[in-house]
Amino acid sequence: MAERCAVIGVGQTHHKAKRDDISIAGLVREAAKMALADADLTWSDIDAVVIGKAPDMFEGSMMPELYLAPALGAVGKPMFRVHTAGSVGGSTSIVAAHLISSGIHQRVLTVAYEKQSDSDAMWALSVPQPFAAPLLAGAGGYFAPHIRAYMRRSGAPEYIGRMVAVKDRLNAIRNPYAHLHLPDIDMKTVEDSMMLWDPLRYLEACPSSDGAAAMVLAAEDSVSGGYPPAWIHGMAMRSEPTMFAGRDQVNPQAGRDCSADVYAQAGITNPRAEIDVAEVYVPFSWYEPMWLENLGFCDLGDGWKLTEAGATAFDGDIPWNTSGGVLSSNPIGASGMLRFLEVAMQVRGQAGEHQIDGVSRALGQAYGGGSQFFSMWVLGADKP
Amino acid sequence: MSAAKRKRPVRRPVSIASFAQSDNVRRENERNEVEMLQPVVAEVFANIGIDKDDIGFICSGSTDYLIGGPFSFVTALDAVGVWPPRAESHVEMDGAWALYEAWVLLQEGEIDSALVYSFGRSSPGNLQEILALQLDPYYLAPLWPDPVSLAALQARALIDAGKATEEDFAAIASRSRKDALGNPKAQVANDTPAGSLMKDDYVVSPLRRHALPPITDGAAAIVLAAGDRAREWSDTPVWISGFDHRIETHSLGARDLTSSPSTAKAGEVAGVADGSIDVAELHAPYAHQEIILKDALGLGNGVSINPSGGALAANPMMSAGLIRIGEAAARIASGEAGRAVAHATSGPCLQQNLVCVLEGE
Repeated sequence: MAERCAVIGVGQTHHKAKRDDISIAGLVREAAKMALADADLTWSDIDAVVIGKAPDMFEGSMMPELYLAPALGAVGKPMFRVHTAGSVGGSTSIVAAHLISSGIHQRVLTVAYEKQSDSDAMWALSVPQPFAAPLLAGAGGYFAPHIRAYMRRSGAPEYIGRMVAVKDRLNAIRNPYAHLHLPDIDMKTVEDSMMLWDPLRYLEACPSSDGAAAMVLAAEDSVSGGYPPAWIHGMAMRSEPTMFAGRDQVNPQAGRDCSADVYAQAGITNPRAEIDVAEVYVPFSWYEPMWLENLGFCDLGDGWKLTEAGATAFDGDIPWNTSGGVLSSNPIGASGMLRFLEVAMQVRGQAGEHQIDGVSRALGQAYGGGSQFFSMWVLGADKP
Repeated sequence: MSAAKRKRPVRRPVSIASFAQSDNVRRENERNEVEMLQPVVAEVFANIGIDKDDIGFICSGSTDYLIGGPFSFVTALDAVGVWPPRAESHVEMDGAWALYEAWVLLQEGEIDSALVYSFGRSSPGNLQEILALQLDPYYLAPLWPDPVSLAALQARALIDAGKATEEDFAAIASRSRKDALGNPKAQVANDTPAGSLMKDDYVVSPLRRHALPPITDGAAAIVLAAGDRAREWSDTPVWISGFDHRIETHSLGARDLTSSPSTAKAGEVAGVADGSIDVAELHAPYAHQEIILKDALGLGNGVSINPSGGALAANPMMSAGLIRIGEAAARIASGEAGRAVAHATSGPCLQQNLVCVLEGE
C-alpha cells in the first residue's frame, strides 16, 4: 500500500572541529543546496522540510528549526523537527521518507546537523538529573563498561578495537568531506594514544565535529537528478527503555528487532551475503564487532573475528563504513543521516574514491541514547 | 503545481480513539515527568480497554529546555514501558505534531493504532527566559526578548490595524475562563465580566494580566486508530478528515503580525471550509491571538470557540496543542458537535501552525 520512495539528492558539509566561517543557518544551507543541486531541483520544488538534531543544549538554541525555516526554504511549507538522541539523523530520514511513502508529499528535503563547537557536547550530556543515573563524563564513560562486557563475553583480543580505529580512518582519507584525515595512523599510534575511558583510547573515539547532511527524497513519479535513484527497500525504528534488570545493553533487543524488521521488508535472509556495503554507527571502535553481531552479520561472539579477518575492510566482502564512519566525522545530530546518506551514494555510484564497485543493496544504521534507539534503512539500485 | 491547486487526495480514515490529560496545575511539585505522565497513559488506554500491546507506533512531543537537561523524552518512555522494544519516535515540538507523524504512518496501512503523548513542566524554570532562547541565536536571543513582550507587539499591531480593541481581549479572556468552569482539568476558571478585567494592570501594554496564559505543568495523551480498530474501540468514531501544518519566516519584522498566513494555508489544505464548523479549539496562548486565528480559518460567529477554556485556562507547554485536538474530538464524541477544527501553534507570535479537521458520522 505504501508508495515507493527514493533518495534522489545528497549533500553534506566539509565536517570540521570548528566551522567558524559559517552560522548554523549557513551550515544547514550548505548541505541542503548541494542536495538540491544533486537532484536538479530548486527550493520551490520541495513540498516539506524535515529537520533533525541531537539535544538543543549542544548549541544553546531551543527548537532551532523555528529560526532555520527561512534558511531552508520552508516558509509557507510544513516544517517538522525530529529528536531521537544519537539515532536522530536516521530517524529524521525515516520520518521524511514516510511523508513520501504515505502519499502525502512528492519531494521532501531532510536535513540534520550539529555545530558542536558552539557548545560542549560532553558536558551538555552530563547535566545531573534528579533520580537518574548520572552519565558523568559524556558518552564514552557510559559505553566503556558495555565494551568491557563484550570483550569478556566474546573473548575478543584487545587489539580488535585498534584495528577498527585504523580501518575507518584509512577509509576517511578517501572521503573529502570527512573531518579527520590521518594518513599516518597505524596500530601503534592508536595504542600510544591517551587512555580516555578504559579500554577506549583517544584514537578509538569519535571526534567532535561541526557539520550537516541533507537528502532529497522523492516519490516514484518525481524522480530527478543525474545519478540513478536509491530506492528504499526497508526502513524501521525501535526503542527500548534505558534501564531495567535483565536488559542486555551489549546486544540490545531493539537493535535485533529493528534489523529483523528491515530485512523482512527488503527480503534479506542472509545479511552478510545479500548486503554489499554497510554504514553503521560506530562512535567508539568496539561498536563494529558488537553491531556485526547485533545486525546478524555473524553468530554471537564472532563479530571480532570478521573484523580481524578484514571482512569489513574496504576490500573485504562486507565493507563497513567506507566513508570513514562516525570515528572520522561526528556532527552528532547529522551522524546518523551521514550513515543513511553514504549508502545512498554507494547505491547511486557517486561515492568517488570511497565507491565500492557494483553496490546493489546497502544498509544504513544509527543508534542513540543508552544503546536503546535504533533506526535503519536498506537502499537498493532496483525498484522494490 | 501547488498543493492547494491539486485536488485533495483521499486519505485513510484515522480516528481519535481515546484522549486523556492530567490536571493542569501551576506547580507540580510532587511528581517528575514520568510520574506525571504515567497515569495519563494508563487512563488513555483504560478509556477503551486496551494496553500497550495493542499499539503499533508511539510518538511523543516534548522539549529539553523545560527540564534543563538533554533527552527529556528518554526517561518519559518509562511511563509506557517499551518492552519488548517498540517502533517509537519523538518530536521536539508540541504533541500535536507527534500526532501528525503518527497519522502519516497510519496512512500507509501497515499499522492500525498509535499512542501519542506529550508533557511539560514549566514550573522548575523561568519560562520568560527559556522561550527567549527559542529565537534566532545570533540576532534575537542575545537581546532576551521575552514571549509576553513579543505577544504585546503583536497585540499592539492588531489594535493599530483597527482589527481589535483591548476590550475584545478582555471579552475573550472572560468568556474563556467562564467556559473553563465546565472543564475539570482547567487551571484558571472563573466568572469575571470583561468590564472588571479591564481594571487589571498591564503586564506589557496593551496586554493586561487576563490576556496572558497561565504557566502550567501538565501532560496529555491520545490513541489513534484506523481500520477495524477504529470501530472496535469506539461506537461513535471521531475521524480526522484533514490535517496540515505550515511555518512562516522567523523574523518578526518580515511578518504581518496581524494575520496568520500559515494557519490560513494549513486550514485550506486541511479542508476547513469544506463544511460547516461547529466547534473550534484554537491554541491561542494570548487572548488577541484568537482573533487572528479565527480570521485565518474563516470561522464565523456561529462557531463555538474554545469551549474547554483554551490555552487561557491551561497552557501546558508541548501539550496545549495536542489537548486542543483531544478537546475538539471530545465535543464530537459527546454529540455536541458534528464537525470541528483543532489548532496548535509553536514559535513566537504564531510562527508555526497546525490545523486538524475532525468529523463525526
